[in-house]
Amino acid sequence: MSHTPIERVAASTPPAIASRVRGLSDRTLAWIFVAPTIFLLLAVNIFPLVWTIRLSLTNYRANRAGAELEWVGLRNYTRILTDPDIWQTMQATAHFLIWTILLQVLIGFTLAWLINRKFRGNDLWTTIIVLPMMLSPAVVGNFWTFLYQPQIGLFNYAVSFVTGIDPSSFSMIGSVELAPWAIVIVDTWMWTPFVMLICLAGLRSIPDYIYEAAAIDRASPWRQFWTITLPMVLPFLMLAVLFRGIENFKMFDLVVQLTGGGPGSTTELTSINLKREAFEKWRTGYASAYAIILFVTVFGLASIYVKALNKVKER
Amino acid sequence: MASFVAALLRLRRGPWEMVASILIALGVVMLMQPFALWAYTWSFLVTLAGTVMFVIVSHFPE
Repeated sequence: MSHTPIERVAASTPPAIASRVRGLSDRTLAWIFVAPTIFLLLAVNIFPLVWTIRLSLTNYRANRAGAELEWVGLRNYTRILTDPDIWQTMQATAHFLIWTILLQVLIGFTLAWLINRKFRGNDLWTTIIVLPMMLSPAVVGNFWTFLYQPQIGLFNYAVSFVTGIDPSSFSMIGSVELAPWAIVIVDTWMWTPFVMLICLAGLRSIPDYIYEAAAIDRASPWRQFWTITLPMVLPFLMLAVLFRGIENFKMFDLVVQLTGGGPGSTTELTSINLKREAFEKWRTGYASAYAIILFVTVFGLASIYVKALNKVKER
Repeated sequence: MASFVAALLRLRRGPWEMVASILIALGVVMLMQPFALWAYTWSFLVTLAGTVMFVIVSHFPE
């Protein structure tokens, strides 16, 4: 007579399966359970990576799949890393990356700090601030092109209202000087709420008794901010920087919809350039080498961030 | 500085990870800087060296 659930399950196992499983060790059983996951990881992550590395060493073109494959060695890498146009693209990406992260962290943290205070309508304001993050990047890109219109755009009128200059005298997405800032503004508008939410989680995790102890010790609000708030929110801030840094390094949809990489190639970020090489010029081998360069860069940066994050958490 | 070098020689994780991190950061700066094309050309090699080093040295003892 079986009593425990395990005994009942064992008793209900068909004899044919039971006899087959009975001879297996715990280790073998563990491998049987883990094997599908390992197989999936190999198929979805590792195999494409190895295949891309292989393609990056050839002149393969996806639109001529039947053509004979030529082994070109490191030539694709050499050409990418000596190309002034791709260098220019990297600089555009750097501009976008640095400014978006800086603005999002500053504004996001400030908003979180303000929202963390108890006031009427706190939840409503949080919902309103978080709204842009919930929209699709394609939709955001599309409606910001209207906001940036010199003739009818609200953005130009807002700038005109504040500065007094003629709204039709400048075009945010048509000007070589302003277009890089146009994409920074939109990305900041869209993703600051994300940074704010992470900072808010950090701020709410600080116990009140620490501030009470600091108040008893007569620490000024400024000192409380620098010695309690900021150090305790730092791991959360670093996490936000890591997420936004990796995301913005790969930024594609929003910018394509907003400027299409123009005017000229002023706002052509690396991922847009990579897509053009891969699916407009069909230089698949070359694009694979390009993708590997970007992958190594993101992987390296992520390694540093994760290490720094662990260090901050240990403090 | 002497303790840092000693830890490097004893193959400790901390200082080696720091060296790898510096290499990665240097590589990324070289990749995105607007001043010298030669730095851009060598950036990938520096980043790759740093990243591979980081993966290896993260298995070193503390």
